[in-house]
Amino acid sequence: MSSNAELELTQNEMQEVEASHHEHTEHVHRDDFASKMGMWLFLLTELLLFGGLFILYMAYRFQYSHDFHIAAKELNVGVGTLNTIILLTSSLSMALSIIALQKGKKNLSINLLWSTVGLAGFFMVNKFFEWSAKFAHGLYPGSAHLLEKEKGEIIFYGMYFTMTGLHGLHVLIGMALILVVIYRIKSGTINADKYIVMENSGLYWHLVDLIWIFLFPLFYLIH
Amino acid sequence: MSAHSENEHVIGYMPYITIWLTLIGLTILTVSISLFDFGTLTIIVAMIIAIIKSIFVINIFMHIKYDSKVFLGFIIAALVILLVCLVFTATDVFFR
Repeated sequence: MSSNAELELTQNEMQEVEASHHEHTEHVHRDDFASKMGMWLFLLTELLLFGGLFILYMAYRFQYSHDFHIAAKELNVGVGTLNTIILLTSSLSMALSIIALQKGKKNLSINLLWSTVGLAGFFMVNKFFEWSAKFAHGLYPGSAHLLEKEKGEIIFYGMYFTMTGLHGLHVLIGMALILVVIYRIKSGTINADKYIVMENSGLYWHLVDLIWIFLFPLFYLIH
Repeated sequence: MSAHSENEHVIGYMPYITIWLTLIGLTILTVSISLFDFGTLTIIVAMIIAIIKSIFVINIFMHIKYDSKVFLGFIIAALVILLVCLVFTATDVFFR
């Protein structure tokens, strides 16, 4: 009997040890600082990707500054300004949604995320109409109408479609990330104590905003 | 939890709204300036405003001001790399 009791005790102890060990590993597996560091390293590769395109833009703009000025007149400053304000506002709602979650206001946080997605969608719809209008005027890469123009204008449109297209792709990816975050807040895997995935998605979203801050004056505001 | 609290800095809603209003104001400013033609100065002013805007976004929205200085170091390193590429390309293109 006594040996049985002893055995039971050891088993209990073992379970306790196991449990604490389990807790310990769980703690090690969750390193928010490292997660954020990984995200920042990724964002910096994005920065260099767009940075390379910006350097190319600078070189071409210097070479064909006159053609760039003429080509840029075709772009709609109003739509560009509206899209800038939309993206800045979506960045605000993203940042506010994190604060709301930290304060335990789950519903407010989800609603703010939905407005971020909504604003991103609004941006893409504007972009769609902008590009459609260009296509309707025969301005798309490789079109006969575009190829008749000066070399610098062809390059301007090449860069415009490449850079705003790549940026638009980032907007779509950002929207998908935010939708995942909404789903995970609803399911509870992102909560007031554990929201690093949300923070990292937010960082991605702000990067999208950051790139647009430079794209907007470089393409729309050269008159 | 402990890993979290050391770099956690919960600030209120207000700072974000102030920064957002500033960013909107700077956007309106840069668009208004572009209506006048200052020659090459136009692009320089537009870029300065864009840099000011991005500093606000990085510091406040992206939390760099409150986060570990390691992240700030990362950004500076990446920007230095970019700047080196930019300067070398610029000297080649501008003085060819």
